[in-house]
Amino acid sequence: MTEPIFELKDIVVTVNQGTPEQINIMDHVNLAIYPGDFITILGSNGAGKSTLFNVIGGNLQIAEGQILLHGKDITNMSVERRTRFLSRVFQDPKMGTAPRMTVAENLLLSEKRGQHRGLGPRHLKQNMAKFKEITSVMNNGLEQRLDTATGKLSGGQRQALSFLMATIKRPEMMLLDEHTAALDPQTSQELMTATNDQITRNHLTCLMITHHLDDALKYGNRLIVLDHGKITYDVSGDEKDNMTKEELLGFFSDIDG
Amino acid sequence: MSIIVSAIGQGLLWGIVGIGLFLTFRILDFPDMTVEGTFPMGAAACVSAIYQGFSPFTSTLIAFIVGMAAGFVTGILYTKGHIPVLLAGILVMTAAYSINFRIMGRANLSLFGKSSLLKNSFLESLPPYFDSVVLGIAFVVVVTLLIIYFLQTNLGQAFIATGDNPTMARSLGINTDAMQIMGLSVSNGLIALGGALVAQNNGFSDVNMGIGVIVVALASIIIGEVIFGDLTMNERLMAVTIGSILYRFVILIVLKLGFNANDLNLISAIVLAIFMMFPVLEKRFRIRHTLQRGLSNHD
Repeated sequence: MTEPIFELKDIVVTVNQGTPEQINIMDHVNLAIYPGDFITILGSNGAGKSTLFNVIGGNLQIAEGQILLHGKDITNMSVERRTRFLSRVFQDPKMGTAPRMTVAENLLLSEKRGQHRGLGPRHLKQNMAKFKEITSVMNNGLEQRLDTATGKLSGGQRQALSFLMATIKRPEMMLLDEHTAALDPQTSQELMTATNDQITRNHLTCLMITHHLDDALKYGNRLIVLDHGKITYDVSGDEKDNMTKEELLGFFSDIDG
Repeated sequence: MSIIVSAIGQGLLWGIVGIGLFLTFRILDFPDMTVEGTFPMGAAACVSAIYQGFSPFTSTLIAFIVGMAAGFVTGILYTKGHIPVLLAGILVMTAAYSINFRIMGRANLSLFGKSSLLKNSFLESLPPYFDSVVLGIAFVVVVTLLIIYFLQTNLGQAFIATGDNPTMARSLGINTDAMQIMGLSVSNGLIALGGALVAQNNGFSDVNMGIGVIVVALASIIIGEVIFGDLTMNERLMAVTIGSILYRFVILIVLKLGFNANDLNLISAIVLAIFMMFPVLEKRFRIRHTLQRGLSNHD
């Protein structure tokens, strides 16, 4: 088997440290992510899904454990530095784009993700043709609105843009935090299909939090269930493909019971 | 006639203060009170430097650097010290009052008999008050062009994105703390530069000349926006200077109605309040949002 891109080793995250309310919201978690993994993540509220993403992204300080990128320790790497290999799409359409900047300006910003930004001209015009091509992939009219401020877009268009911004400069790893959850069912389905197309076509490595058991089963090559800060279930390959919704549901009732 | 020319000159010089405040108030979405301290600080530093024998140009440059330093302190207090930006600005503004006394060694300092940027053969050959118009145009054009260029660079775009959506900016690898510190520094540098120019135009520097500066600068920004409506970022920058000149005309008219110079702060506040009170404007220009930002902690 190939080497993992990214590893979490024995991660512990504690809140209210040193008080009677001390609790481990991430409890000795181990996770190895391999190139091309498309991992769907399930878990009830408070199970640690967001904590997991914040640990990977560097937004949360860990109490114990080690984070490795290609075998190298990056435990103390800043959020800004981690964006060199990592991109992220948030659940809230407002979180992922700059509302007063145009669609093209947002794409231009994301094209330099994790890179040095100097006093050279931004070259917006030279990129317009390319941006038109990239946005037309989403089939939602985004390519007609390159000069529109993103605040004026629909939630679906904004979220599609956020997704494109996360992939325009190929990330080694991408985090999707329920990125279709805030949209209406129809738009949500369209974005999910486009997401899956892009990820499989470009062999992106991706972690996706979802609340839909169907989506978790349908997409990706690996499925993880989190509960009380622990990974309680981790299936991949054929085992995941053959899994039924009933089996998965049964597993959830085990947790709740 | 000459009174109108004088108003235009004042408007141009104060336009630089408006542009400085635009960087924090509009782009970063910060209510930065530091400006009430950095405006007189620029004046004090410039006039004192002229007294020390520096050339007027060098002295004006010194004022810019001193103002940047004050803005830098506000930036550090906010980003690293996690003090709400409104309070961080008030702290530096308050400290600046004492520092300005130290710089000048007294409460006010006249430039009478000293050199200044306005005292050269070309500007002195112009009709009365045209000297400040020419000086103002020169500085406003250079500053506006530099800022416009900067905002179109990759760094400038990162700066705008930081004000627009800091969460997104960080997720794209933009060091938002650095952007905010840079914005506060450059903004206060420009405001101190404005202070230095106004002091040279008035012929003196006074520790109390900072009172009400934020209201005047805000008025320039808001008047420009109210009159011109939807503009691009570059056009909005230019509108600030026009707003600043129009504000001077409003003041001129009010003074003609019989109010005196001591009523100026009251009048400034009323003018700004009127322009800000249109409910539509509140929604459109995100005033409420900016004030909320000033009262919350740095995240």
